[in-house]
Amino acid sequence: MKTEKQHIFDKPKNVQRVLYGLFGTLVLLLALEPLVHKHPYFAWEEWFGFYAIYGFVACVLLVLAAKYILRPFVKREEDYYD
Amino acid sequence: MIEFIPPAFIFILGALAVPLLRGRFKSAYMMALPVVSFLFLLSTQVGTAWEVHFLGFDLVPFKVDRLSLVFGYIFHLISLIGVIYTLGFKSDLEHVAGLVYAGSALGVVFAGDLFTFFVFWEMLTVSALWLIWARRTRASQAAGFRYLMVHVFGGLVLLAGIIMYISEQQSVSLGFIGLHSPATYCIFIGMGINAAWPLLHSWLTDAYPESTVGGAVFLSAFTTKTAVYALARTFPGTEPLIWIGALMTAFPIFYAVIENDLRRVLSYSLINQVGFMMVGIGIGTELSINGAAAHAFAHILYKSLLFMSMGAVMFRTGKINATDLGGLYKSMPWTALFCSIGAASISAFPLTSGFVSKSMVLDAAAHGHMSIVWLTLLFASAGVFHHSGIKIPFFAFFSHDAGHRVKEAPVSMLVAMGIAAFFCIFLGAYPKFLYSILPYPVEFVPYTASHVLFQLQLLMFSALAFTLLLLSGIYPAEIRAINLDADLVYRRGGPLFYRAMAAVLNGANRLADQLFTGRFVGGLSRFARHGPAHLLLLVMKPYWAVSGLSGQEEVDAREKFRRQVEAGVLPISILGLFAMIYLGLLFLL
Repeated sequence: MKTEKQHIFDKPKNVQRVLYGLFGTLVLLLALEPLVHKHPYFAWEEWFGFYAIYGFVACVLLVLAAKYILRPFVKREEDYYD
Repeated sequence: MIEFIPPAFIFILGALAVPLLRGRFKSAYMMALPVVSFLFLLSTQVGTAWEVHFLGFDLVPFKVDRLSLVFGYIFHLISLIGVIYTLGFKSDLEHVAGLVYAGSALGVVFAGDLFTFFVFWEMLTVSALWLIWARRTRASQAAGFRYLMVHVFGGLVLLAGIIMYISEQQSVSLGFIGLHSPATYCIFIGMGINAAWPLLHSWLTDAYPESTVGGAVFLSAFTTKTAVYALARTFPGTEPLIWIGALMTAFPIFYAVIENDLRRVLSYSLINQVGFMMVGIGIGTELSINGAAAHAFAHILYKSLLFMSMGAVMFRTGKINATDLGGLYKSMPWTALFCSIGAASISAFPLTSGFVSKSMVLDAAAHGHMSIVWLTLLFASAGVFHHSGIKIPFFAFFSHDAGHRVKEAPVSMLVAMGIAAFFCIFLGAYPKFLYSILPYPVEFVPYTASHVLFQLQLLMFSALAFTLLLLSGIYPAEIRAINLDADLVYRRGGPLFYRAMAAVLNGANRLADQLFTGRFVGGLSRFARHGPAHLLLLVMKPYWAVSGLSGQEEVDAREKFRRQVEAGVLPISILGLFAMIYLGLLFLL
């Protein structure tokens, strides 16, 4: 019997590499921040890591709100309207 | 010598010949239509206008300015891409409907008067409908009918507004309108229905996911963006649009997170993206209008690219729910790559089209010191990456392997996706091209070190949130379920209204039937039969009493008299009797 070809993400090691790549990028992005010249419109844009924190918190809140607040209200069986 | 033919004519009349052609010639013909039309358009000057005098009005069926040109260009490009994408389908209905639909959108964009505008606006609805119905499922039929109902309603509101507005202004010319009278509010709302404003949006998330594989590509491009154009033309700087737009960017992303049907996820993110354009129009500065137009241009490409990739997945696997998909990168690597490019663009990664267009709107909001709007848009930017940027490619092509071992998408689909993907990157890498066709001169510089870095921080930390939530198991599992939305109002309210009306009106009907046909008609016929006898007896009784008839004789006489009257065999005619009574009365008085 022919075994199926191994694909890139079939190896857990490759998945792990992607994750390490992500974490490395994050550290790099924060490390670069002091080096760039900011031209902010709002005061909070000057805080260190504002965009990073905002993006992270926004997404966590988004998922939690969608899962625990919206879904219990709106979820119905697939044949609800039939 | 014909100098110029308006695009709408080429598309709509050209579409009619499509069913007559076969094979390669047909394919070449369909691809030639947008190309020829585009060449004609390139030869026109800004400021060209055709005037026609009709029924006492000065109609301008074709007018070109820089705002209409941006939309004209992108509508041509996406028509060509859509035609290529659907070349493999043997469905004349879809081909014709798609071209007529695109032609109608071009008709709206180049309309110089309200009359022409409205005619093409309605054709847009009618032709779009067939792209939904062509799927030929029960669900698509029902969704198509709901789509039609909503748009007919919207069309009527718009028409009412236009008629009132024309009588106010004594002119049919199409230009800045602005909110100031009931007429303008009607026009505003009529356009808003097509732009999928909050609570008026559910026709979109209801119908688009039910359309055909190719139909969704066309649908995602034209209806809402035509409305964006219309609002940019008639209501720039209208403040409510800022708040409507901000709400539009925010609320759909919550739905997108829990939605299972991936084309419905894209539909929610479509609303979210149109929200950015609404904000741009609402702010109304040169930068923000440029931003809205640029974002519409970029959005049409990456949104259709995403719809094309999901269409290809559906075409090959027959599935579109996240619960049924996963691991497709193994068998459809090119589709996965193109989808990822679309996903990166919608998320506004640097070097993609979304980056150079969305940031114009955000900057315009910042320039106006609109902190709440700006924070909302930033939240929506992170959110859109979360559901369109990661969720779509991840659940379709990666995630757990659902075991589909299918062929890569057909060549025509790959070519179409390739062209769209090329433009997503081209516009992002070379924004001058896009900026050069915008309505106003552009001074905006997207690629500053801080802008690139902050955008990457925002996106990559959103990715971190997704990764952590997924690994910890908190990320909401995909569930085979549907989510209620504003369409509940008419999907449940409609039948309820029907039943209520049935109860009230059928009740009234039954009551009327009982009263009129049952009692009134019966009574009338009884009166016609027995009434005269009773009336005459009133006269005869005193007469008999005076003539001294005994009890039994009177009963007999009464019975005989009644029989005679009812049979109509009285010795004298009834009229004669009445005449005598009348004369007697005259004599006495």
